[in-house]
Amino acid sequence: MTTRIFGSGIRRREDPRLITGGATYTDDVTLPGMVHAAILRSPHAHARITSVDTAAAGAAPGVIAVYTGADVEGALAPIPCAWIPPESDVKPVAHPAVAKDVVRYQGDAVAVVVAETRYQAEDALELIEVGYEPLPAVVNPVAAMADGAPQLHEDAPGNQAFHWVATGGDPDAAFAEADVVVSDTIVQQRLVPNAMEPRSALANWLGSMGELTIWSTSQNPHICRFLTSLITGVPEHKIRIIATEVGGGFGSKIPVYADEMIAAFCAMRLGRPVKWTETRSENFLATIHGRDHVERVEMAATRDGKITGVRSVVHAGMGAYLSTAAPGVPTILHGLMYSGPYALTGTRADIYGVFTNATPVDAYRGAGRPEATFLLERLVDLVAAELDLDPVELRRRNLIPKFDSGYDVVPGLTYDSGDYEGALDMALEHVGYAGLREEQASARERGQYVGIGVSCYCEICGLGPSQVAGAVGFGGGLWESAVVRFHPSGKVNAYVGVSPHGQGEETTFAQVVSDTLGVPVEDVDIVHGDTGNTPMGWGTYGSRTTAVGAGALFLGLNKIKDKARALAAHLLEAAEADIEYADGQFFVRGAPDQSKSIQEIALMANVAWNMPEGMEPGLEASAFYDPPNFVYPFGAHVAVVDVDPDNGHIVLRRYVAVDDCGPQINPMIVEGQVHGGVVQGAGQALWEGAVYDDNGQLLTGSMQDYALPKAHMVPDIETLSSETPSPHNPLGVKGIGETGTIASTVTIYNAVIDALKPLGVTRLEMPLTPERVWQAIHQQS
Amino acid sequence: MTLLWGNIILLAHSALGAEFYRRILLANPAVEGLALKIQMTVNGQSREADVEPRLLLVHFLRENLGLTGTKIGCDTSQCGSCVVRMNGATVKSCTCLAAQADGAEITTIEGLSAGGELHAVQEAFWNKHGLQCGYCTAGMIMTAVELLERNPNPTPEEVRQGLEGNICRCTGYHNIVQAVLAAAEANSATSSG
Ligand code: FES
Ligand code: FES
Repeated sequence: MTTRIFGSGIRRREDPRLITGGATYTDDVTLPGMVHAAILRSPHAHARITSVDTAAAGAAPGVIAVYTGADVEGALAPIPCAWIPPESDVKPVAHPAVAKDVVRYQGDAVAVVVAETRYQAEDALELIEVGYEPLPAVVNPVAAMADGAPQLHEDAPGNQAFHWVATGGDPDAAFAEADVVVSDTIVQQRLVPNAMEPRSALANWLGSMGELTIWSTSQNPHICRFLTSLITGVPEHKIRIIATEVGGGFGSKIPVYADEMIAAFCAMRLGRPVKWTETRSENFLATIHGRDHVERVEMAATRDGKITGVRSVVHAGMGAYLSTAAPGVPTILHGLMYSGPYALTGTRADIYGVFTNATPVDAYRGAGRPEATFLLERLVDLVAAELDLDPVELRRRNLIPKFDSGYDVVPGLTYDSGDYEGALDMALEHVGYAGLREEQASARERGQYVGIGVSCYCEICGLGPSQVAGAVGFGGGLWESAVVRFHPSGKVNAYVGVSPHGQGEETTFAQVVSDTLGVPVEDVDIVHGDTGNTPMGWGTYGSRTTAVGAGALFLGLNKIKDKARALAAHLLEAAEADIEYADGQFFVRGAPDQSKSIQEIALMANVAWNMPEGMEPGLEASAFYDPPNFVYPFGAHVAVVDVDPDNGHIVLRRYVAVDDCGPQINPMIVEGQVHGGVVQGAGQALWEGAVYDDNGQLLTGSMQDYALPKAHMVPDIETLSSETPSPHNPLGVKGIGETGTIASTVTIYNAVIDALKPLGVTRLEMPLTPERVWQAIHQQS
Repeated sequence: MTLLWGNIILLAHSALGAEFYRRILLANPAVEGLALKIQMTVNGQSREADVEPRLLLVHFLRENLGLTGTKIGCDTSQCGSCVVRMNGATVKSCTCLAAQADGAEITTIEGLSAGGELHAVQEAFWNKHGLQCGYCTAGMIMTAVELLERNPNPTPEEVRQGLEGNICRCTGYHNIVQAVLAAAEANSATSSG
């Protein structure tokens, strides 16, 4: 028996080009006549521009042009926000691509230089004289809404960008009837996504044709094309966005930014290809940040350990402008997940979006769901402590029992399928929970502090039904499409609208094609990332690529199979009802020697010498898939930490992740997603944080000051999984791209608090630096 | 070019002798119009060019020679995306002037699989899923190759310490470590067999 290709951990076909240096990322592309743009950014967090003198820069060696806000105004429409949750009074303030009158964050674009070489362009930036009249700045989202705070936008009084409230069930009754109420203030610190590839754009304007091509580091080239047409005025059908090789995104390459549009503007003005690539320092300032919540949260429970309600008041920093999807993150992707894997009777999320003089915030890996999971799992631990119950026991008393098709929770969602306690059992057994608790007790006697953190999560992804997208104010659809084309020689191309950038779908989608059509996997290539040759799609984010994109692919493959079956019947002179299919062969029932391979059918369809009456030539199908609902992956994670009370140093000793994303197309790739996600979440718990001073100066503006996880800081990640198919899509798959990040931050946080319990420490702010831990210990003693 | 100039100052501290300092002096952007003739062997081929004294090696490789496999991930010498080998040692090519590599033997990721056969470390990264987006990969592989030359049988801990100068945002390092260990094993299997 051969092993089924669906479900086998085959090596990735992406890798040969990536391990040999043969891949072509945006900054690797060179066009004849290409020139280089560099962008001058505001050093102030808030200031009025009084003058801009570009004369010296314009005369510098190699400089071709210098443009300011006045030049760009009118040529580029303001950068839009594309997610406006209804009934939340969103103030979509204008975000000019290049600031003309006021700069509102350190990093706001003020001018652009185009020169023959990048060195010349950067040299000339230093010759531009900008007069600034500094204005008071505010960076903390709570402070920004206080009376007397500096105001960013005339149209947004009190710096309120929006106010969104979601009530599910009866939270007030839950709290009124509670025996126990626990509360906390949680600061979800600002994070800098730091995809290893900086953003880059190469714009080429073919004036005679009116065509604009942009090689761009985008996670969603079709959205990028749509918005580029709105911003530049170039009709959408004359724009081509190419994002075939992208070096990671984690959400930071979803938005359409000013910078890429500035490159397009320059190319259109100059008639020469213009490349702009950000430096890492620019990335820290001008690429979106993530999180930035200050949350007041509380949980209600009964004396016998039944949790009933969750309420929050959240101030979510938006930065100076609303980035592409920003308002949807703390609202829809966060406030609707307050039931988590538990059966609650009431939830309320009361969310203020707040303008601050800081880099705009948008979706960063997990986007809203890590914050929701964090507050739930933190509060559950607090309830456990209050009731003196083991945190695992408290979770068991509240997890939604196993279900395989539909479970309604009070925020108004219907979860697809879940076995939450099964995942928890698996994690505890693997980690040896009982033994660890014993070890912890004896370690404490020796003055050593071991902590065990446990969390259960369930998350919403696979975005999503387009009708829901419309209802929640998302400015686009969320379906996917695929075109599957059988060539005469029996090889297959599938062209997809999703746009992977490291997640490996060239491999997993080829596995789906091979599995469904019975062609060898080597005979399949997946084409993505170029709007010039792929069908419309909404992109790769929100763990939707496989759940939605592979759904479209699967529908297309079945259309192909249906047509092939009909043609096989014709060629074999049998009734279609008598044709059977197995492993790429169509044969007449009861006469297996009368058969045609799918490749033979593909050839006959392509030459079309002998088609049945009315059948079109070719073997090609196009399919659109709009999922009927989201998918809800889940799992249980356990972290074990050692905390040294003498210096506050934390060692993440073990990390166990049990995740359920339904059937796995390629388990090796699934595990890789979990490894990376867990470490990214660990980064938030232990090391990462964007720190601004009171004047809005980013103090952690480089990899020297912003601590990213490195190899020696993390352990091996122990991954396990269960498999609960989702009834919401034809392959039963759920997403896996964000689960690690969603669960790991709070798991590690809980472990550290658990370790410090005997020392009286009950809360800490992230990142949990040795200094903070040490201070907390010493404040207690 | 504040940042580039910063890199140059950084280099000045790494002290490489009189010839190097001569070149550093020439690297002052105030010294206009100067071009240095440099020659180096890159992936076995002799390459010559007239370059600006301040040109970084990574830009020389990527822009002048078109060897774009070497990546730039930062501007503060932290990420290791740009690691190449210079006379056998690994260097961050963003922290090294092209002029400083005059006369040197350089190997980039493109030169590692010369003859079309993958290097054992490349093969291991492929087998163990040691990469996702691939952006850190060239630097990781070049670092790992040198690490294994120095220490053919590293412990997992030694591998993690050895990769301390390379940042990956995708893999969580787990499979990178597995890949390096697997390459070590493959090497010892071939050398003992
Ligand atoms: S680019 Fe050289 S270390 Fe980051
Ligand atoms: S594979 Fe993406 S940064 Fe390492």
